[in-house]
Amino acid sequence: MNPGTPILEAPVAQGARDQHMILNMGPQHPSMHGVLRLVVEIDGEIVVRLYPEIGYLHTGIEKTCEAKFYQQVVPLTDRLDYLSPMANNLCYCLAIEQLLSLEIPEKAQWMRVLLAELTRLNSHLIWLGTHAMDIGALTVFLYTFREREEILRIFEGLAGQRMMTSYFRIGGLSMEPPLDFFDRVQGFIKTFPEKIDEYSNLLTGNPIFKGRLKGVGILSAADAIALGVTGPNMRGSGVDFDLRRDMPYSSYEKFQFKVPIATAGDCWARYEIRLIEMRESVKIIQQALDGMPAGPIKADAPKIVLPDREKMKTQMEALIHHFKIVTEGFAVPAGEVYQGIESPRGQMGYYVVSDGTAKPYRVHFRNPSFATLQALETMCKGRMLADVVAVVGSIDIVLGEIDR
Amino acid sequence: MPEPKTFIGKTAVLEGLAEHPAVRAILAWKPEALLDAKFDRGELTLTIAAEQIRAAAATVQAAGYNFFEDVTAVDWFPSSPRFQLSYHIVSHSHKERIRLRVMLDGAAPAVDSITPVWPSANFYEREVFDLFGIAFEGHPNLCRIMMPDDWQGHPLRKDYPVEGYR
Repeated sequence: MNPGTPILEAPVAQGARDQHMILNMGPQHPSMHGVLRLVVEIDGEIVVRLYPEIGYLHTGIEKTCEAKFYQQVVPLTDRLDYLSPMANNLCYCLAIEQLLSLEIPEKAQWMRVLLAELTRLNSHLIWLGTHAMDIGALTVFLYTFREREEILRIFEGLAGQRMMTSYFRIGGLSMEPPLDFFDRVQGFIKTFPEKIDEYSNLLTGNPIFKGRLKGVGILSAADAIALGVTGPNMRGSGVDFDLRRDMPYSSYEKFQFKVPIATAGDCWARYEIRLIEMRESVKIIQQALDGMPAGPIKADAPKIVLPDREKMKTQMEALIHHFKIVTEGFAVPAGEVYQGIESPRGQMGYYVVSDGTAKPYRVHFRNPSFATLQALETMCKGRMLADVVAVVGSIDIVLGEIDR
Repeated sequence: MPEPKTFIGKTAVLEGLAEHPAVRAILAWKPEALLDAKFDRGELTLTIAAEQIRAAAATVQAAGYNFFEDVTAVDWFPSSPRFQLSYHIVSHSHKERIRLRVMLDGAAPAVDSITPVWPSANFYEREVFDLFGIAFEGHPNLCRIMMPDDWQGHPLRKDYPVEGYR
C-alpha cells in the first residue's frame, strides 16, 4: 500500500519487461492541474503502477517564513493553496493567536467563518468546472466561473484583491468590510442554490459523466485513513470526521450544518459530497449574515494589532505602536502550536515554533493535497489509463500547496 | 474563555493528566520510553526515546489516535540535541490531537520510519529527509521529494546559507 518505489527507468515488475510501458503524464499536461508529473507503468491500457513526481513549484516558502515578521507571513500563505487563500490566512492567524493567547472579538470570528465558507464555494466551483472539463463536459466550466466571478468581485470589494486577498490579520481582520458587502453576499447566496441545481442538471443525469465517474478510483475507508486522505475525499469513503464540527475553531460551534457522508469511495461519491457541501456552506453563510454580531473587528492588543488610521494621526501613543509594529514586528512567546482547520480540500494544519523573537523560528504547513497525492496509486491501480484523469480531477489537488 | 491548564515536565503531566488516553497507553506500554512531557496551550506533547518511536506510534494508534497528520523537523542549531521531530496525530474518536516528539543529535541523524504503522508518513518523511537530512530507517523509498535529486545540502537546516552563490 505504500506509495510505491520510483519507476523512472524500465519496468521493474518481474518478467514484465516486454509488455509494460512507462508513460509520463505531465508536468506540462492539461489534465494535471498545474505541474504534477505522473510516471505511469501501463500494461496495454491498464495502470500497473503510478508514481507522482512533485517539486516543480517548490519555492521554499517555509524557509522564507523564517526571515519574515509574523505578520509578513500572511501574504505568503495566500500563495500556498492559491484557490482558497482565506482558508490559509485563517489557519495561520489562528495558530499565531494561539501562541499569543489572543482573544478575537466575536464579529471578527463570524466574519472569518463567513469568508472561509465563501472561499469554500470559490474553491469547489473551480474544482467542479475543471473536473467536468477534464471529463469532456466543457460547458459547466463557463457556468461555474460565472458564479466564481461574483465571489471574486466580493473579495475585491473587501480586500482590493481578487485572489491573493491577505485580508486576515493576526488579531482580527485588516479593515471593516465595505458598506454594500453584506447585501452583495446576501444577493449572491440567495440565487446560488438554484445555480447548484443548474450544475446538477448538467452533470448528475449525464450518462457520459456518470459512466466516467461511477465505480472509478475507489478508496476504502481504511485506505483513506492509512494514506492520510482528508476532507471531502475522506468523507466520500465513509469516514465521518470534519474539523469544523468535531474540533471547532473560530466559533464554528455556533453554526448548524450537516457533514455529508458517502460510502462508495469512488469519484462519483466525491462529486456528490462536494455538491452537498456547497449547499451546506450557503446555509452557514446565511446564518453568519443573520446573526452577525456588532463590535470591533480587531482584538484590543495595541502592541500587536495596527491602530486605526485616524487614531494614528491624532494620538502619540498609537503612532508609537504603529511605528514599532511596522519596523520591529512583535515578539511572540516561545512555544509551539499546531492549528488544524478544515480547508476546502481537507485538514490543513500549520505548525509554528516560536523562540520568543519577532520572527517565526519554524513554520510547517500540513496541506491536504500533499497527503491525498499518496493515495493516487491505490485509486488508479488496475484501472484504465483514461481513469487516471478522472481520479486526478476528483481528488481536487492544488500544486501550490503540495510543492510549497 | 477559561485559561487552559499548563503542565510542564514529565511529573506534572503524569499527575495532572493521568487519565489522558495517550498518557495511559504509553505508561502501560513502556514508562521509561517517555522522556519528557508537557501540556501547553491545550496541546499535549510527549517526548519519546528516539529508538522507540515506531513502537510508540503503534501504541498510540491502538489507543485510538488513528489518524496521522504530519511529521516535521525543527533545527535547533547550534544547541544540542540538534533536531526535533514532531509527529502530529489526531484521534477521530477522542476528537483530540497529540504530538509525539523525538530529539536527535546533529551528527548523522537517523530514526526508525513509522511507515509500517502509518503508510501516510511516506511523503512527510521524505520531505524531512530532503530538507533536513534526517534518515528514516525502514522507509520504502527514501529519496528527495522537493529538491532535484542531485541537490547538495538540506535547505531547511539553519546553517544552510540563505543568500549568495552556491
